[in-house]
This record gives sequence, C-alpha cells and structure tokens, in this order.
Amino acid sequence: MTEHTSRHYERELQELKEKILLLGGTVEEMIASAMKSLLSRDAGLARRVIETDPQVDAGELEIDHHCLNLLALRQPAASDLRFIATALKIVTDLERIGDLAVNTAERSIELSKEPPLKPYIDIPRMASAAAEMLHRALDAFVKRDPDEARGVLAADDAVDKLYVQLFRELLTYMIEEPQNVSRALGITFIAKYLERIADHATNIAQMVIFMCEGRDVRHPAAQDLVAREE
Amino acid sequence: MKGTLMTEVRIAPATKSSPPASAAEETPMIQIERLELFYGAKPALKGISMTILKNRVTAFIGPSGCGKSTLLRCLNRMNDLIEGVRIAGSIRVGGADIYAPRTDITALRKRVGMVFQKSNPFPKSIFDNVAYGPRLLGQRGRAALEGIVEKSLRASALWEEVRDRLHESALGLSGGQQQRLCIARAIAVEPDILLMDEPCSALDPIATAKIEELMEELKNRYTIVVVTHNMQQAARASDYTGFLLMGDLVEFGETAKLFTTPGDRRTEDYITGRFG
Amino acid sequence: MLRTRLRRRILSWAVSGFCGFSVAAALLPLGCILLYVLKQGVSTLSWDFFTRMPQPVGEAGGGMANAIVGTLILISLAAAVAVPVGILSGIHLAEYPAGRLGAIVRFAADVLNGVPSIVIGIFAYSIAVLPFRRFSAAAGGLALGFMMIPIVLRTTEELLKLVPSTLRDGALALGATRARAAFTVVLPAALPGIVTGVLVAVARIAGETAPLLFTAFNNRYWSTRLDQPIASLTVQMYTYAISPYDDWHRQAWAGATVLIGAVLVFSLLARASTRRLERMHRG
Repeated sequence: MTEHTSRHYERELQELKEKILLLGGTVEEMIASAMKSLLSRDAGLARRVIETDPQVDAGELEIDHHCLNLLALRQPAASDLRFIATALKIVTDLERIGDLAVNTAERSIELSKEPPLKPYIDIPRMASAAAEMLHRALDAFVKRDPDEARGVLAADDAVDKLYVQLFRELLTYMIEEPQNVSRALGITFIAKYLERIADHATNIAQMVIFMCEGRDVRHPAAQDLVAREE
Repeated sequence: MKGTLMTEVRIAPATKSSPPASAAEETPMIQIERLELFYGAKPALKGISMTILKNRVTAFIGPSGCGKSTLLRCLNRMNDLIEGVRIAGSIRVGGADIYAPRTDITALRKRVGMVFQKSNPFPKSIFDNVAYGPRLLGQRGRAALEGIVEKSLRASALWEEVRDRLHESALGLSGGQQQRLCIARAIAVEPDILLMDEPCSALDPIATAKIEELMEELKNRYTIVVVTHNMQQAARASDYTGFLLMGDLVEFGETAKLFTTPGDRRTEDYITGRFG
Repeated sequence: MLRTRLRRRILSWAVSGFCGFSVAAALLPLGCILLYVLKQGVSTLSWDFFTRMPQPVGEAGGGMANAIVGTLILISLAAAVAVPVGILSGIHLAEYPAGRLGAIVRFAADVLNGVPSIVIGIFAYSIAVLPFRRFSAAAGGLALGFMMIPIVLRTTEELLKLVPSTLRDGALALGATRARAAFTVVLPAALPGIVTGVLVAVARIAGETAPLLFTAFNNRYWSTRLDQPIASLTVQMYTYAISPYDDWHRQAWAGATVLIGAVLVFSLLARASTRRLERMHRG
C-alpha cells in the first residue's frame, strides 16, 4: 500500500499498531508467568503478575485516547477506519485477557498453599493452546492476514473440548472426596479463565478479519436477523 | 515481544503527531488584545484576545462572515487598504505593536507574509515571481537571487517540478503548483509568520493534501496562521484552533481538545454540523 | 395549430432576412470603398511609389516616400506624447477611483474625445506654430497626440480596473508600496490590452488630415526634421486630389490605398496582439 501523503498521519497509525502489539506482548507474558507460577508453585511470581495489571489498564486508556484523537482529527476512511475500529475493540479484549491472567495468578497463589491435587497435564495444554491462539491472532493483526485469523477461529473448538473434559474429571475428584473440593474448584476456575482467554483471542481474530476484508464474521446466527432487517 | 519476563508498557502522553513542546518551548509570537474592527459603523470583530504561538499552526474556523479572514488580514495590516476601517485594541508581533503610528509597513509585511485563497501568481516568469520580494528589498545580485529562488522553491516542494522551466510564465502551472509558487514567493523574503487565507479552497484533494503536508514541514521554521472554512482541514493540519462566530472568538485551544471535547456549546454545534 | 407554426416560421424567416439585409447594408459601404480605392490605386502602386520622391509637376513617375515616412514620424511623435500622459493618468484614475481630481480628468478626457479634429488643429496652431512662426512636425505630432490621449487614457483605466485585485494584494502583501505594485505588477498585467488601445488610437489618427493642415502643413521635399514642416500621406493626398493633374490624381488614389492598407494592418495587429497576449495571460 502506498503511504499517506501526510507522513505524520502515517506515523500516528504506525504508533497505534506498535502500542497494541506492546500491550499484546505484555498480556502474553502475563499468561505465561501466571502458568509458570502455578506449575512451580511460585507465589512471588504470581504476585508480580498481579502487579502488572495497572500497566495494562493504563495501556488500554492510552490506546483509547489515541484512537479517539485519530477519529476526531484525521477523519479516517475505508481500511484506516476499519483499522481504528478494530484497534478499539482489540484493546478491550486484551485488557480482559490481562484481568483473566491476574485471576489465574490469584488462584495460583491459593493453590500454592496446599499440596497439588494431581499432576497438571490438561491445564498447561489449555494454557499453551490459548496462548498460541492469542499469539496467532496478534500476528494476523500485524500482518493483516485473514487466513491466519481464520486458523485461530478453528482452534477454539479444541480449547472448549479440553475445558469440558477437564471439568468432568475435576467433578469426579470433588464427588470422591470433600477435601478435594477447594483445590478442584480452584483448578476449574483456572480452566474457565483459560477458556475465556481463548474466546477473547477468537474475538480478536474476528475483528482482524473485519479489518482485512470488511466482512463482519461475528455471531453467525445474528447475521441472519440483521440481513433480514435490512 | 518475548523479551524480559515483565515487559513494561510504555506510558507516553497520548498526543496528536508532534507532541506539543514543553511549556518552556511554547513562545508567544503574536499577542492580540481586545481587538475590535469596524467597517464604518458596523462591527466586524468584537473584542478578540488570543496568543498565537511560535512554530505552530493556528487555524481560524467559523461560518461565513464570522470575521476570520478579517482577523487574519489585521495581522499584516492588509485591512488598511479598505476605506472606512477602524481598529481598536492592540496586536503585538514579537512584542511590537503593529498599529503604532510609526510602524514601517514594508518591514511588517516582510515579516508577516501572506498566501491568498485564489493563487495569484504575477504574469511573469516563475523566477521573477519568486524573486519579486527579494528584489523589492533591494537584492540585486543574480547569483544571490538564484540561490534564494531555489531555496524557496525547494522549501515549498516545487523545485523538482519547475527547475527546468524557471523562465516560463508562471501562469502555465496547475492550480496546486501555482499555490505552492505563491507560498515560495511569500517565504522568499524570509518572514517569521506566514498567513494563509483559505489556501486550499480552490484545489482538489490531492493538491490540498500536498499543501497540508507542506504546512507541517514549514511550521518548523515559520509560525503559520490559517483561515479555513473546512474544519476537517483545521483538524488535520493545525495545532491550535480558534472558533469565531459573528465577530466573537468563542473558543481557542489545542486542536485535539477542541475537536474531541469542545468547551463551548456553540463550538460543539458547529463542529458536529448542527448549524441550526 | 398548423397556422401558428407556419406563422412562426414565416416570422423567423422574415427577421433573419432583415438581420442579414442589415449586415449587408452595413458592410456594403465598406466593401464599396475598399474595392473602389483598390481599383483606382493599385495600378499606381510600385516599388517606386514607396521609395521615390514626388516629381515636379508635369513629370510622370515619382512616389510618396517622404509622405509615408512623414506619417510614420508623426505617428511616433503623437505616441510619444499620448502614451506616457495617457498611461500615467490612467494609472492614477484606476488607483484612486473616487477622487475629485479623477472625476475631473475623466470628464475632460471624454470631452476632448469629442472635440472636432480641426479645432484641435487650430489649438495646436496657436500654441505650437504661432509662437515659433513656423509649421513643424513637432506641432503636428502634438496635435495628433492630443487626439490620442483620451483613447489611451480610458483604455488604460478600464483595463487596469479589470486586473483582479488579488494581483495587487499579492504585491502589497510582499511589502510593495501602492505605486510600486501599480507599476511592476498591475500595469504589466494590463499591458496587452493597453497595447491594443494604443494601436487602436494610432489607427484612428493615422487617417487625420485637418489637424495637420495647421501644424505640420506639408513638405514636397524630403525632411525628417522635427522643427520643419513635414509631408504626410493624408495632406499629400488632399493636395494631389484637388490639383488638376491626372498623374497626381493617380498618386492620390495610390496614397489612399496605402493609407487604408495601413489602417487595416494596425487594426489587424491590434486584434492579433489582444489574442496572443490574452493567451499568454491565460497560461
């Protein structure tokens, strides 16, 4: 694509992209660290994850402000407009992912106070799947690659299945022995958070498809209603 | 992305393009105090006060007849040419009152250049157009003039397009080129301030974009004041914006703030298109 | 229905016919004059005519070289008088349109335009011939110049007013004084039209005879001195035409042909210059 005549406008758009990627990177780190703190039962690491959250919130505010200025001052059109709309939505998802990582870290601190219930196999699997989805979604955003984004959408199923499987397994633990309940619940919550993270990554991927192709692929069921109304 | 374990999010102040300089760098260039202007008995400007900062682009917006062009023309005393004009209040450029009785108008107009709405190249060659101002000020040497002409044409992003036809008539240029020529002509005398009265209103979007980009570069060396009836242009191209309505300055402030959260209801109505 | 259509058609025809007839009626005299003069004069036109002096009466041959040169000199003198005065006054009127002085000048120019040429001749006689006790080319140039002034002045003023004021503003915004802006920017912009105005004025005075009778008089000999009488095509034609000599009559016709040719050339030059300079201005 040729550049805008105004070099400053071009730079502002570039800055926006960089800020989002920076935020994405921070959030990815938070997920990884929260997982690590769970597996190595490191409460200190978990606390550091929690302390990173204000930065994420500040990043969200800053990016929103940047987008608002761009909308007011540059009257973006077509692909630029879709890019900024995407940015506004992605940032919300990233901030929520950050919160979910914090929640995971909080559960991890609680779980570290008791001996582990069982070896963690599925949780790390879910975590790496979700982190992978987020990474690919951000990648698709940078490269403006709708096919990569579609790959992310396809991967959501696997994460959902893992969650269902894990939930059933933990249910049996809870039924077997009342003493297991608090730990099993903690792990269940973590699994839920990871599943939500994967959902947010899916949202990001859907917005990337919108940004690239101009097609809104969210909520397929509702699309019919919208089409019928028009 | 996969750097240190805890990457810090850089929290830079969210700004528009070039961040406004720290307070120490914001130098006032023009101080307008309680300026009033009358065409005969009819008031056109009703007590306007503002400070225009150095090396910034300041835009005046407002509906037709609000006085923005009148205000602009006060800054280089072009309003003197109109019969029956009366001024009250003061305008200080670089500290000196330009309406003081013994002001040297030629010196003022060298310091405060102007570009008009409809480009007005003289019916001379491109070279002679740009050299007109320096010749007016006594510059005679051929080599010196050639140097000035080239420098000015480069600064207004026109040099590459006309370097081979400097001695052809300026009227053979396209509209956008003519306007850039007028800009080159204005900066050939090395003003401190450049006034632009709706410089793009006669130009197509591409030529307009080029001139706006030019303004962004020129502001590093000059203080630019633009009048525009296109408020999107003011949003794109200026650092500070003043909204005028029927001779009053309703609001004046940073463009980013004015266009996202205007302070006055009337500004909001105008910007959102609720003209009523 | 059919009757109104037919009526309309007939009416249209009739009006078109009338217009055509009027055009023919207007062009007819001009056509007749041109053809007749050409017919009478072209046979006498020769290289000799343009280069030889008039011969003593009775001798055949000879030409009007001195008269042709004389006319050119007179035109130049007239222009030398009228152009500076006319243009400078025109500039003043255009720059200060509302002044009292301007109104007076404008009125005076209009009146001067209407003064009969012979009266101007007599006036020039009294101020330029009587005090020096001799007829002179200078006096002739002066008289013709007086006649040119109103045309040049009004043309200049009108054309300067037509120059867009943004051009003047542009010069003023660069620091030029009003005078400097007027001379270096506005005047050059109006120059094509002013040149045309001068050419039109020249075409007008080239054919004047009456003023010259009292000022430049005539001269059968070669003279380019400004303080002596000088020959001119028009006066020479007059002299020959009222003489009894056939040869001179033929020369007069030839002179008429040359004069008409000259006026035609000036008029065409004026039109051509307008068009060319207009094109240059449009860019």
